[in-house]
Amino acid sequence: MSPRPTEEPLERRAIISGIGQSDVGRRLGRSDLDLTVDAALAAIADAGLTRDDIDGLSTYPGMGAGTPGFGGPPSPEVQDALGLSLNWHDGGGEGPAQMRAVMAASLAVAAGLAKNVLVYRTVTEGSAQGTGGRQPMGGTGSSGSVPRFGSFMQWSLPYGAVSAANWIAMVGQRRVHEFGLTREQLGQIAINGRRNAALNPKAVYTDPMSMDDYLAARIITTPLCLYDCDAPCDGSTAVIVSHRDLADDLDHPAVHINALGTALRGRPSWDQFDDMTTMAARDAAASMWERTDLTPADVDTAQLYDGFSVLTIVWLEAMGFCGRGESGPFIEGGANIARDGVLPLNTAGGQLSGGRLHGFSLIHEACVQLRGEGGERQVVRAGGRNPEVAAVANGGGPIAGTMLLTRGIR
Amino acid sequence: MVANGPMLRLLPRLDDDVRFFWTSGEDGVLRFLHCNDCGFFIHPPGPVCPRCLSRNVAPQAVSGRAHVETFTVNYQQWIPGSDPYIIAWVSIDEQPDVRLTTNLVDVEPEDVRIGMPVRVLFEHVDDVWLPLFTPVEEAS
Repeated sequence: MSPRPTEEPLERRAIISGIGQSDVGRRLGRSDLDLTVDAALAAIADAGLTRDDIDGLSTYPGMGAGTPGFGGPPSPEVQDALGLSLNWHDGGGEGPAQMRAVMAASLAVAAGLAKNVLVYRTVTEGSAQGTGGRQPMGGTGSSGSVPRFGSFMQWSLPYGAVSAANWIAMVGQRRVHEFGLTREQLGQIAINGRRNAALNPKAVYTDPMSMDDYLAARIITTPLCLYDCDAPCDGSTAVIVSHRDLADDLDHPAVHINALGTALRGRPSWDQFDDMTTMAARDAAASMWERTDLTPADVDTAQLYDGFSVLTIVWLEAMGFCGRGESGPFIEGGANIARDGVLPLNTAGGQLSGGRLHGFSLIHEACVQLRGEGGERQVVRAGGRNPEVAAVANGGGPIAGTMLLTRGIR
Repeated sequence: MVANGPMLRLLPRLDDDVRFFWTSGEDGVLRFLHCNDCGFFIHPPGPVCPRCLSRNVAPQAVSGRAHVETFTVNYQQWIPGSDPYIIAWVSIDEQPDVRLTTNLVDVEPEDVRIGMPVRVLFEHVDDVWLPLFTPVEEAS
């Protein structure tokens, strides 16, 4: 187990002072750097800062990582495009999921390496995959032209387990076996997201979705159907991570980082992780709660990763919003996770309907809700108050990170 | 219709540390890296035993018996032309925390269940022998 801090966790010295987002769409036809500049300038202005105040830069993953359109522009390109002079800079794809870039920024601020860090995540997967959809694996040539694979992919690609959808489907099937998860329960994640996306002008899918629509969708890999899988899109999301000394200068409520969840205590592998129903979400969430006096009952809204619906129900349990194996009954009917429910979930539509902005749209929405700027989709808690505590989770399988965010310091 | 595998086998690169694994099926036997000091099976292969940190490790044959831990029936045409195929995680009987991602073959998808005992067989493609699994009778 992780050591319980004997003094205040250092991440609590950091706030999210500004947020910004570019246009978002299935295919915008703009460069990743162009979109990133839009998001960055919006976030800097939102924090009441100028680019001269930005002395730190961080991203996930950058530097040509992954398939086309996945990585976003490398941080040196963004530094140069915006003419930034930096005291600290960082980027990479290894760590506690996509939000590792925000975590690194918060620790840099806490350590005094930087005062205001621009953190961004940009995707242009929609444009990169083009109008013909994703390129098939293996190309179209003879077997002699097909590349060979090493590293962790060699253990799954030979078996046609080529997508995270396949790996996550197996987590889902294990949950069907152990906990009796039903498609009608799982469907509530997609339907809840679509309902909330209708109130998010930037969401990529806003047409109403019924349970009949969900159940009629084509199967991708059992038990997952099309609506259990998010869609590639184009867009950039940026946040400014600042020292909390800036909090009183903002023209909006500061979003304080209360605790980070970073642990990975099981094996770092999809098929070797000890518990096939939870994986790293279990560890990341546990380590976050070890660093705070707040509890799951204090959370007013949860923004939990939904690249695939199964991941969201894993997170519901990992974060302690319901007991082990109880997420299916918890979401059944959808009332508990609606905006007026006990745990308003993915209130901007998540990724299933909002588009695969890859974790950062969830961070953005947590800030929107804590600041009371949700407009039509603003969560109002019992007694008419705006949310004060938001939980955010990124990642799935052996990759997981969590943050607890608060309005005002807690 | 019984399931087999995808239309095209994307193959591993036979680097030094994994060549023994991907060619083990040439004689019909499944092998894993094994710690000769503490008896731990190490998968994926690595330079040391992660349990006792011994470097006294070598491939060792196993029975090829395993159990289905979970599975999915894939319909998506990631690999165009593929009929539905079954991807599974199976745990080897000698050490159930060692799992393989594999295909279940010669079986109807609706007959697969978690906990089902299976045995290895190999599909030979180029210079690779891919371990696949198929159900065995409970009594055998």
